[in-house]
Amino acid sequence: MGLIAILFTAIFINNYVMSQFLGICPFMGVSKKVETALGMGIAVTFVMALASAAAWLAYNYILVPLGLDYLYNIAFILIIASLVQFVEMFIKKSSPSLYQALGVFLPLITTNCAVLGVAVSNMQAGYSFIESVVNGVGGALGFLLAIVLFAGIRERIARNKLLPSIEGFPIALISAGLMSMAFLGFSGLSL
Amino acid sequence: MKQNPAKILMNGLLTENPTFVQVIGMCPTLAVTTGAMNGLGMGLSVTAVLTCSNLFISLIRKFIPDEIRIPSFIVVIATFVTIVQLVLKAYLPSLDAALGLYIPLIVVNCLILARAEAYASKNDPVSSALDGIGMGLGFTVALTAIGIVREFLGTGAVFGVTVLPEAFPKTIAMILPPGAFFTLAGLMILVNKVKASKANA
Repeated sequence: MGLIAILFTAIFINNYVMSQFLGICPFMGVSKKVETALGMGIAVTFVMALASAAAWLAYNYILVPLGLDYLYNIAFILIIASLVQFVEMFIKKSSPSLYQALGVFLPLITTNCAVLGVAVSNMQAGYSFIESVVNGVGGALGFLLAIVLFAGIRERIARNKLLPSIEGFPIALISAGLMSMAFLGFSGLSL
Repeated sequence: MKQNPAKILMNGLLTENPTFVQVIGMCPTLAVTTGAMNGLGMGLSVTAVLTCSNLFISLIRKFIPDEIRIPSFIVVIATFVTIVQLVLKAYLPSLDAALGLYIPLIVVNCLILARAEAYASKNDPVSSALDGIGMGLGFTVALTAIGIVREFLGTGAVFGVTVLPEAFPKTIAMILPPGAFFTLAGLMILVNKVKASKANA
């Protein structure tokens, strides 16, 4: 599969949020405002690209040669957790303004299952290094697209009067369901 | 702090049900519940991991320095997830294939880390294990309920047994991603309604 095909599949067809349900926690939690959703999306894109690269290197150059590939899960989560910590420290030192914008979202990313999900699915699909990074970036852009669109919808909903039992999570889930129906339309694309 | 064992169990099952009340651990809840069997399998796997990790974290809670407790918890959880994954692969390969990517992802299920942080790191091993069982069963019940609704509406079967006549129209969308969102929304509205009517009564 070509790199462009991987990128488009990851963004639209296999959208991590809408069709694979990865990263639902931040998707629901940080989507009340478009601005914060954008910040979260950008932070995730950054970490996901780095994580797919680091996880690929660790899996192919450390775990497989040592015959420890069944420990991939523990290794990946440690890599992601330390990567997030490292990225946080690095941004804090090098670009305080970026840190101001992304700061609060960074620690949350460790528990974003889309990041671990992309590392594991890269490994299971047997992607090469470049393909892994492209898939990671694509998946993250898909997340960014979904969370920003969803935040836009929620900003509108917040202005309406709703039945008390539908307020909050139920209405958010219903709008997410309608959005994911729209994303289903992409599954007809063949690349 | 000694608590009534039955109360700890009921806490996870009803009062603080992880799915309907706390709304955590959403990813597997939505992703694997295309059928009742998958929901049950995922729920029980999470219960196993949660019980073991709660017990173990509670046993070592006095030795873990406060600053590195989150990484330590994650390593403990990841270890048990790997064990569950290998066991499933060996004994229930079909379930392992159906749940696929979502088994390794139990590691980042916020439910498990949340219980480790909020309960196991502060309570004795027995209560922590009971809390794990209670929360796990609450999660299992929720996942199975969602699985039953989606399987019934989407394929006309429950636990793989066809219950609706062939001619009955099936709503394929229910076993596709949108169905997961709609089913959970519907069940949550139901829970809210019941709660509201109880509060009024």
